[in-house]
Amino acid sequence: MGWLSAFFSWLGEFFGSPENWSGPGGIPMRLLEHLEFSALALVLAALIAVPLGLVIGHTGRGEVIVVVSANLARALPTLGLLVMFVLLLGAASIWPVIIPLVLLSVPPILVNTYEGIKGVDPELRDAAYGMGLRGGQVLLRVLVPVALPLILLGCRLSAIQVVATTTVAAYTGLGGLGRYVIDGFATKDYASVVGGSVLIVLFALVVQILFTLAQRVTVSPGVSQRLKVR
Amino acid sequence: MGDGPPSIWEWIARNWDTGRVDSIRNLLTDHLTMSLVPIMLALVVALPLGLACVRWRWLYQPTSGFMNVVYALPSLPVFMLLISVTGLSQTTVIIPLTFYGMAVLIPAVVDGLGSVPDHVRQSAVAMGFTPLRRLLQVELPIAVPVVLAGLRVVAVSSISLVSVGALIGQGGLGGLFTRAYQNPFMPPVIVGIVLIVALALVADGLLVLAQRLLTPWVRVRKGQGS
Repeated sequence: MGWLSAFFSWLGEFFGSPENWSGPGGIPMRLLEHLEFSALALVLAALIAVPLGLVIGHTGRGEVIVVVSANLARALPTLGLLVMFVLLLGAASIWPVIIPLVLLSVPPILVNTYEGIKGVDPELRDAAYGMGLRGGQVLLRVLVPVALPLILLGCRLSAIQVVATTTVAAYTGLGGLGRYVIDGFATKDYASVVGGSVLIVLFALVVQILFTLAQRVTVSPGVSQRLKVR
Repeated sequence: MGDGPPSIWEWIARNWDTGRVDSIRNLLTDHLTMSLVPIMLALVVALPLGLACVRWRWLYQPTSGFMNVVYALPSLPVFMLLISVTGLSQTTVIIPLTFYGMAVLIPAVVDGLGSVPDHVRQSAVAMGFTPLRRLLQVELPIAVPVVLAGLRVVAVSSISLVSVGALIGQGGLGGLFTRAYQNPFMPPVIVGIVLIVALALVADGLLVLAQRLLTPWVRVRKGQGS
């Protein structure tokens, strides 16, 4: 169990040293960066994927895009994509790194939005049309609320993906919590590696919890069956 | 020959089998080991765990909750934390990938067994199948499509995820990415991405084939139905 005591002494060293708590390389700053890059990539991905998934699911056109993107996103190695974009576009700004982050987080949202819309009970859809709603109204007032659990699931899966990829992206020069791990590993500073890893794991768990809560709050009680209809 | 950067084919020819540990051929073998072992292990562990979750329903909630948490952990910090236990070895990559695979496969096994229609199960009981034979000869074969769908996801994502291990020096073909980044040069990146995607496609294709062989009745039924 020697590794366990080493683990805790590294943790103590990392979180105990005052220089880790201030300045551009400090924990608050790195945490903020990680949040900023992840949120930026996730929001951009959602802006692309949700409308696209809604339209494809509603009209049934372009379903090939959904299938191909889902398989490709799983098969493409994130590290390879990051290195390729940085070699192609240079590392002058954060965009060569943000672009692959967005590309990889589009498919989970796209697939689940599409599946959510597609999976709505056809009778429900017909009933909405029968009540005089038009195509766009049916989509936004009936299909979206019913599909919301799946859309949010897609966002949660994407968030998991984005937090992990942002960590890997530290290798290609992006800031964020991955810096502690990558730099610490390169300089054999294991306190930094272990402390950074623990921070990232906690960060990922908090993101996961927040998304689960968001799902509880935003999904209509009728859909989540919390409201019993007699 | 010596002028200008080598073309991608020249680069492949020159690096395919250099006899060094980082020749493309060796990286490919490492990559296969580090992805196939977790895929197999995940299946071998997920099957009995999934069965247990079906048999004892109360087990499923905590198991899937735990697996959801595991699935949310980013691979790189998990590799890094494992280094202090398992060192800079392939095991450090194999263990987390096995857990990610289980996170997908356990629900797949449970859903697959849940997809067995009740009348089929009752028929098997009525025909005098013992519980074990019923499981092996009736329930598991019917669960095959759902389990294999999960296995396809696991196979493809494991094969691509191995490359992150390159950041701790154990990434199989991912080693081509770190090499290309340290010494800015595009061909290794392209070769790495193409080989990894190709491996994923082959694995996916083999699993589709396996599904056809394991569930011949699906095609027969389709043929008769038309």
